[in-house]
Amino acid sequence: MDMYDNRTTFAADDDGVVVVIGSGAGGGTLANELAQKGVDVVLLEAGGLHTTDEFIADEWPSFSQLAWTDTRTTMGDWRVARDFPNLPAWICKAVGGTTVHWAGASLRIEPHEFRARSTYGDLAGATLRDWPLSADDLASYYDTAEKKLNVTRTNGLPGLPANNNFKVMHAGATRLGYETCHTGRMAINSVNKDGRNHCMQRGFCFQGCRYAAKWSTLYTEIPAALQTGRVELRTRVHVARIDHDDNDRVTGVVYFDADGRERRQAARVAAVAGNSIETPRLLLNSESSRFPNGLANGSDQVGRNYMRHTTGTVWGVFDKPVEMYKGTTMAGIVQDEARHDPKRGFVGGYEMETISLGLPFMAAFFNPGGWGRGFTEAMEQYRHMAGMWLVGEDMPQADNRVTLSSEARDAFGLPVANVHYTDHANDVAMREHAYTRGAAIYEAAGATRTYRTPPYPSTHNLGTCRMSERAADGVCNGHGQSHELANLFISDGSQFTTSAAENPTLTIVTLAIRQADYIAERMRARAI
Amino acid sequence: MSDHAVSRRAFLRAGGAVLTGTLASTSGVLALIAPSTSWALELEALDAHQGATVLQFTRHVFPHDRLDDAVYALVVKDLDAGAAEDPTTRRMLIDAVRRLDEASGGEWLSRSAAEQFVQVQAMEATPFFVKVHSTAVVSLYDNDMAFAHFGYPGRKGDPGYIHRGFNDLHWLPDPPDGASGPVPETA
Repeated sequence: MDMYDNRTTFAADDDGVVVVIGSGAGGGTLANELAQKGVDVVLLEAGGLHTTDEFIADEWPSFSQLAWTDTRTTMGDWRVARDFPNLPAWICKAVGGTTVHWAGASLRIEPHEFRARSTYGDLAGATLRDWPLSADDLASYYDTAEKKLNVTRTNGLPGLPANNNFKVMHAGATRLGYETCHTGRMAINSVNKDGRNHCMQRGFCFQGCRYAAKWSTLYTEIPAALQTGRVELRTRVHVARIDHDDNDRVTGVVYFDADGRERRQAARVAAVAGNSIETPRLLLNSESSRFPNGLANGSDQVGRNYMRHTTGTVWGVFDKPVEMYKGTTMAGIVQDEARHDPKRGFVGGYEMETISLGLPFMAAFFNPGGWGRGFTEAMEQYRHMAGMWLVGEDMPQADNRVTLSSEARDAFGLPVANVHYTDHANDVAMREHAYTRGAAIYEAAGATRTYRTPPYPSTHNLGTCRMSERAADGVCNGHGQSHELANLFISDGSQFTTSAAENPTLTIVTLAIRQADYIAERMRARAI
Repeated sequence: MSDHAVSRRAFLRAGGAVLTGTLASTSGVLALIAPSTSWALELEALDAHQGATVLQFTRHVFPHDRLDDAVYALVVKDLDAGAAEDPTTRRMLIDAVRRLDEASGGEWLSRSAAEQFVQVQAMEATPFFVKVHSTAVVSLYDNDMAFAHFGYPGRKGDPGYIHRGFNDLHWLPDPPDGASGPVPETA
């Protein structure tokens, strides 16, 4: 039997199942964790199954294979709205979700970041809140997640060996006096483990890891879930709406199957993990007479506080070749600027992580719309470039939000998501600081010139169904449980109350493990 | 593709033209991977003058002096294919070439590079410029000849660089053990 074959199927009217929508970091993990506890799960995935042998070491064809390219629209003053008006996010539509594409950086959110409002104070224009949970609440779940992901530099696992791109970062950072600079905490095997290969320094992390060295639910959680015989995976299904009864309980999920036929799966519990754009879109498209503004949206918070991290890229050009494309894409990190130190002119902090792009994507993203000598002189330096991505906490703002497009419809006639984003002044100040420090690192390593690249379409999409202590401030509680419908859960990065500085996947996985405990316990108690 | 489009392409091909060139250098990297030092691009929707004009226009948008015309011809190929499938695109390309020539009082191609560039700059906001730019930013940099010119191995990296120089930079000090990690022994 193939590792992706369903060992069980559930009837459409089986109302004992948990329906999990999305098979990425949140949904894929939740499905497996529930199955391991004996819970029956129907796992719905909009994308198709692409196994490791199908991955393509060629950026554009791979993008066509894996990326979510269904139309979305954009508004706001972010440059993405101008350069990529129908591609606000660079995420996947595939079994495994964006864990197929992610680079693997696995950092815990810092204790003070869970207390963002208390730590940073009241910033004009920002809707900062403290999370309704603490670092202590998550500590043991972070431990479990790090073991699950084989995160390097945890549990006795060695770090990954330094590649050329990281050597440049390390030399410059060290000369500037930065102290926390290493090859990162990565969910990439540094040794053969759990039947998965160690990293082969391939450099196509974004295109899917052919060796399965990088953790993805595609070849870990999902096969393990199917193996239990308690999970049915349905691929190429697009969920249209979630139904409920008069007692504010979810009763089922309506979707279009691969042939475009409308189907309905009854549900005891529904868990939404469609990434922070599709998750609020689904809730908004599920409006009803009891929830006229969208399901679980009595607070009017569904879709609001969309966060994408404050990002940017710095490239350094050197006399001698770097060949940054050789080896892991995120090959190392500088963490000294991740602290909260308002003397720098902004609250929160940022990480500096190596990045590389192949030649095709360098052309596409280096300076979208750019042309002429300035553009081509930079491209000519490709082999001599080192690259780093800057990723920091961005401020939640009520009007940065996902709404339903008033005009654009998808293939099923459903309104598509519109993503509105405008930088907060804190984001602008942080990005400028990060660009300057990133350039300084490369200059310290001997760069003859440096370049700034604006943020890419967002991979870290967060906060559109945020956790909150008070129902009026958010969409779900500290377990991701909707404030309004007890058997509706938010299971992806949409839950994040604030963005924190760290790459979000480890925390999404951690929350999913914790949520599985909670759902199973509530089901046993017959509370849901 | 519809039958209609196929027949239109067949018709256009019958009246089509060929854009040809010779690799400028027979000793460069391109000569190593090119099957022949001469190249020919059969055009479906544009004539040879239009094709040559669009090629030169693309050279101004993305000027790489040592990148052979054979690579720029790949952009013309994609624009020409788009024109063969879409009459609006074809009209836009042909009209733009005519406007360039009219503004030059003859053939824009025969003007000096500096004079040509003035016209390119003047067209920056036009749909024609946007079309050339958006096509070229993909086509020009997404082919084996460009990979060879810029020094990007592309698919050749698929097996991984763990035995092929992922850490072969030696003009900076290596990070200490604590900042790095061991190359796996099983590698």
